[in-house]
Amino acid sequence: MSCVLELQNIGFTYGLGTPFEKRAVDGVSLKIEKGEFIGVIGHTGSGKSTLVQMLNGLIRPTDGRVLLDGRDIWEQPKKIRDVRFRVGMVFQYPEYQLFEETVYKDIAFGAVNKGLEGEALDKAVRDAAAFTGVKESHLEKSPFDLSGGEKRRVAIAGVIAMDPDVLVLDEPTAGLDPMGREILLSQIVNYHKQRGTTVLLVSHTMEDIARVADRILVMNHGCPEMFEATKKVFAQGEKLREMGLRVPQITTITETLRQRGVNVPDGVLTVDEAVDVLLPLLKKEGRTW
Amino acid sequence: MNFISIQDLYFSYADETDPQPHVNAVDGVSLTIDKGEFVAVIGHNGCGKSTLAKHLNAMLLPDSGKVIVDGDDTSDETKTWDIRERVGLVLQNPDNQLVAGIVEEDVAFGPENLGVEPGEIRRRVDEALKAVDMYEYREHAPHKLSGGQKQRVAIAGVLAIQPQCIVLDEPTAMLDPNGRDEVMNTLLKLNRERGITVVLITHYMDEAVKADRVVVMDSGRILTHGTPEEVFSQVELLKKHRLDVPQAAELAYRLRGCGVKLDKIPLEADECIKMLGEAMK
Repeated sequence: MSCVLELQNIGFTYGLGTPFEKRAVDGVSLKIEKGEFIGVIGHTGSGKSTLVQMLNGLIRPTDGRVLLDGRDIWEQPKKIRDVRFRVGMVFQYPEYQLFEETVYKDIAFGAVNKGLEGEALDKAVRDAAAFTGVKESHLEKSPFDLSGGEKRRVAIAGVIAMDPDVLVLDEPTAGLDPMGREILLSQIVNYHKQRGTTVLLVSHTMEDIARVADRILVMNHGCPEMFEATKKVFAQGEKLREMGLRVPQITTITETLRQRGVNVPDGVLTVDEAVDVLLPLLKKEGRTW
Repeated sequence: MNFISIQDLYFSYADETDPQPHVNAVDGVSLTIDKGEFVAVIGHNGCGKSTLAKHLNAMLLPDSGKVIVDGDDTSDETKTWDIRERVGLVLQNPDNQLVAGIVEEDVAFGPENLGVEPGEIRRRVDEALKAVDMYEYREHAPHKLSGGQKQRVAIAGVLAIQPQCIVLDEPTAMLDPNGRDEVMNTLLKLNRERGITVVLITHYMDEAVKADRVVVMDSGRILTHGTPEEVFSQVELLKKHRLDVPQAAELAYRLRGCGVKLDKIPLEADECIKMLGEAMK
């Protein structure tokens, strides 16, 4: 594996030099490998949105460097636009950012600016629409005639159509119902698997992160508090709670049992896993069969 | 005591001249909500739960059927303002419902509009802010608060009108875990200590399990309702309609399916841990 993004001691201060100075991100150093699926969690105001906006140069760090494939993205500030095609960003509530006449044109917007045209453009748009489940029959409709959930899929398709090396999604499932969340998450996972794109997913829903992330970055007061395998992070329930975060309910159940001496492994993240580890124990006790 | 009574309610957003076949957003709902009850309404986006909520304070009026609030029919226009004083509405996005530049002014907005006299407004604002634990922030700017704090200010704004019932449409959807707990604890406190009726629309099952009663909606109709225990033990039905159940309930349900004897379906982690502990003894 090779490193796609490297942060070298980056920091950001809002309102630098004014009485309203606020240090939002403070000295973050980390490496993200090509093809990883990273979950980013942290309470409101922990600096996670500021951090991800530095990854594609929307915000210029007040100190430190962001390296994309080993090169400082601010080496030539005039070329920062190219970085934005390579690190695609889906903001919170992206359905409010649609503006084109048709769904097709909206999805194509970023790809056209990247320089795609003709068949390559058409393929990029249609593939992106397919990944996020935008119906073929909707492509010629006005995006404003779609439902909120459909609009969000169009917005995400617009970023995917640029075929970025790194896809950053800031709370893409916020406000969706459980089924909508489930579908969108599996589409993102599917896209990640097929294209091998590096994904960073910011979310407040621990159950979602637990299901999909290889590693989790935990932000707290502008600093990375943990950056480890998902299992290891969620095994530290107490520490997460102190930071205003939670662990999935299923993890709380198995961790408590483990602390009480029941022989279950740490870092159980899904109900499937819990059934697998608990069933033999319940069976062995002989009371149930 | 019956506070809100919904009788065979139908509502469609389609207008009469539209040649398209009508789809009813609310398609024959009857439900009563008692004074002092805490009711959670769950269901997919588009199942009609927000439409239903907007009928509870005459924001929307039934196409057919009736909504009676504390004895008054919401279709009676002379009662609209009385009803809105009794039933307050809090929406999903806190940024869309805060209007003033200072927290206490925002909370005063409702009573000011009702023509409440200034001394009384002052008293109500202070009391409402204390009830949601935001009194210390009374002179802050709302836009600098966290999401959970903003939602609590929005709730205080409704409280200052002194309603008997608060209806909340996904008030925690945009909040982080701490903010969600803050709002939920505030609602439970208002319900238990002041007897305010709460109707909470939510996608979070861990919130719904704390209600007295859970109403599950699907395609404009009530699929099932009952205590959280009654509703969430119907894991199969909920799964069939692709609704979530708490992980504790799902775990117990799956273990049961494999032949493990568990008397009931637990809803919270503690209960589940206890049951599993006993099953392993």
